[in-house]
Amino acid sequence: MPVRVQTEDFDISAEILALRAGRSDVGAVASFIGVMRDFNEGSGVTELTLEHYPGMTEKSLQQIVDEAHGRWRLQDALVVHRVGCMRPADQIVLVVALSAHREEALAACAFIMDFLKTRAPFWKKERTPEGERWVESRASDDAAAGRWLPGDPR
Amino acid sequence: MIAPMATVDLLYFARLREALGIERERLVLPEGVATTGELRAWLAARGGAWASELDARRQVRMAVNHDLAGAGQRLSDGDEVAVFPPVTGG
Repeated sequence: MPVRVQTEDFDISAEILALRAGRSDVGAVASFIGVMRDFNEGSGVTELTLEHYPGMTEKSLQQIVDEAHGRWRLQDALVVHRVGCMRPADQIVLVVALSAHREEALAACAFIMDFLKTRAPFWKKERTPEGERWVESRASDDAAAGRWLPGDPR
Repeated sequence: MIAPMATVDLLYFARLREALGIERERLVLPEGVATTGELRAWLAARGGAWASELDARRQVRMAVNHDLAGAGQRLSDGDEVAVFPPVTGG
């Protein structure tokens, strides 16, 4: 159940094939790819810089993946997150979950992303025509993560 | 009895690092500062950008030894304490 933080781009097919290698008990492969878009909060965005907290970032991603394994029967899961400078249309993050059945793979994939967005120490700074700005966290991300916690009414 | 002096390494990230103009510092915990919340209040009392960025109304996260920490977490000698804005990865 690997997690990786890297500056280089990733190859989705190669990552999924490597994760599936040697397994014939997988019936579902769910993946999510986060990509840089060229607009945010009403402005054009020409460049994105991703900062992280080396050590803590890997630890928190591993904790999130471990938590997913505790909630669903997964054969394996993978998180690759890029840091550094990115351009519009660049890939930012990849999450893959392997399971015997699609429900568990899809749920685990969504859970990992929701927790990654609210727990893992990454910060985005974007360049717009008006200058550089740090991206603000969104209440909708907290709400998305909250739906996995006990006591959430949804 | 005099308690032994506890030293912590403080790290700042993202907007806070830029606004405070500092990436890291080593700090001997002042008297009366035993928790993350007390440390935040002590740092805010430095005034200027420290006061505005670490004001109790601002959303600030803290981590101790690579784990997110609530305001009541006790600090120990040698701890690595990080101070940062809410995360925005993914």
